[in-house]
Amino acid sequence: MSDEINNKDKTTRREFIHIATTTVGAVGAGCVALPLVTQMNPDASVKALAKVEVDISNIQKGNEVTVMWRGKPIFIRRRTDKEVSTARQVSLKDLKDPQKDEDRVKKGKDEWLVMVGVCTHLGCVPLKQQGEYGGWFCPCHGSHYDISGRIRKGPAPVNMEVPNYEFVSDSKLIIG
Amino acid sequence: MSETNYKPTSAFGKWFDERLPLLTLFNGHLMQYPTPKNLNYWWTFGGILTFCLVTQIITGIVLAMHYTAHADLAFSSVEHIMRDVNYGWLIRYIHANGASMFFLAVYIHIFRALFYGSYKSPREVIWILGILIYILMMAAAFMGYVLPWGQMSFWGATVITNLFSAIPLIGESVTQWLWGGYSVDNPTLTRFFSLHYLIPFLILGLVILHIWALHVPGNNNPVGIDLKKDGSDTVPFHPYIVIKDLFALVIFMIVFAGFVFYAPNVLGHSDNYIQADPLVTPAHIVPEWYLLPFYAILRSVPDKLGGVVLMFGAIFILLALPWLDTSKVRSAVFRPIYKQFFWLLVLDVLVLGYVGAMPAEGIYLLISRVATAYYFIHFIIIMPLLGYMEKTKPVPLSIADPIISSGSGNFAAAKKDKILS
Repeated sequence: MSDEINNKDKTTRREFIHIATTTVGAVGAGCVALPLVTQMNPDASVKALAKVEVDISNIQKGNEVTVMWRGKPIFIRRRTDKEVSTARQVSLKDLKDPQKDEDRVKKGKDEWLVMVGVCTHLGCVPLKQQGEYGGWFCPCHGSHYDISGRIRKGPAPVNMEVPNYEFVSDSKLIIG
Repeated sequence: MSETNYKPTSAFGKWFDERLPLLTLFNGHLMQYPTPKNLNYWWTFGGILTFCLVTQIITGIVLAMHYTAHADLAFSSVEHIMRDVNYGWLIRYIHANGASMFFLAVYIHIFRALFYGSYKSPREVIWILGILIYILMMAAAFMGYVLPWGQMSFWGATVITNLFSAIPLIGESVTQWLWGGYSVDNPTLTRFFSLHYLIPFLILGLVILHIWALHVPGNNNPVGIDLKKDGSDTVPFHPYIVIKDLFALVIFMIVFAGFVFYAPNVLGHSDNYIQADPLVTPAHIVPEWYLLPFYAILRSVPDKLGGVVLMFGAIFILLALPWLDTSKVRSAVFRPIYKQFFWLLVLDVLVLGYVGAMPAEGIYLLISRVATAYYFIHFIIIMPLLGYMEKTKPVPLSIADPIISSGSGNFAAAKKDKILS
């Protein structure tokens, strides 16, 4: 009986050391892996370029400019009244990623559509004034967006992204 | 493998071999190694692939001496290689076309394994290692294509890295982690260059394991049967296979040189001679020809996650093939129905490659859906069922038999042979 306990004790002791050593080793390896993995995330210099200022005073109704933000194109479109009303007449039931046009623009700035000009499928830049819904069309894999940048047809899963932005004055916009 | 009592002839050789038996290793695996005596020319692509890997590594190391991995400089450094560096045009064209030749050879090598059942027991590990090599090859080729920083480089990289954004919940952070930013940019280019340099050496390591695993059971052969233990079915690797491999290699090099010297850009895309522009997507993005079948599978699905899952599934399903194929007979020579399905699969993959290069609309989209469905049906349904349903032809007892009895009635001949011996 006492032998059995002794034996058991010995095994437990050895097992304890075994598990403890492995655990410390694994935690150590994890600690070393962390900086090696996170070094690949966006670095400080990339994050520092996170805001851009755009002068919008020269954009006429029905026109659009493209600016770069975080290496991506940003479409800034000053929509005509007709375009805005077209976008608002769409029933949410017809949308793959239902979102009201009102929720994609700033209140009182309904004519200004600001969005990341990147197709949500695989990242191509859609072409303006093309496609079946009078908005944008991505030539890579055939996604059609409407005049509010919402996905209507094709493989893209969601609407084009609206970035954080604000109007600092009537002629100036800050993205980021 | 027959362990011979090999002894180096020179005094230095003996001295060295006693301390590190490298010479014994080479003698055993590259000279004496017993190979089936009926290997045909489809078996020469292993040697050709080794040549391709070495060519890519050597030309790649040289190119890296002149290339600059920076978003602002990469494009002009490639033009610098083409115009200023001595023989830079030659070395770059060998490297660029070498990738295509590598894939041409690997596809023949893979389809040879599919035809003769080389993936079946006891060679499953060889097959799995081979598929891992193939996956690494695709990764290396994709990253290499990004390095010149042309329009196709940039947008190809954008589309492929965006595949990972289809992963639910963590997709976006994974993609940003891959990019090192919010889009494909300089950090992406520098890490791709680093990994592009690393992967060939990983492939080299896997190739050594691939050959090691091959040398345990020995080569499969066109008849697909186990060899006689007494060695009457085999010839030594050197000189028989060495010379045959070298002859095939020379023919292969003529084709290779034909591309390098007479049509160096025919397999590339002219848009890649335009510097990368993050604001303008080319009207028609296509990957290199060797990735087109998978691209067609990706585009055939109208759902983002579904397309990505199916595309990766098309590659990873190959890993399960040794267990999906239930037939006890290895070689398609004795499987009359499988042989037809094999050629149908070859055709299917070629069709997928063709529609992958076409715009994803109308009839092409329909064809790509049918071809994608058939690709999976072949592996998931036909392969397991055929093993039970197919009536196979009689298999000879040894490689020598069908030759002695001149083909027909070899089963009877094999039996007679057994009685006589």
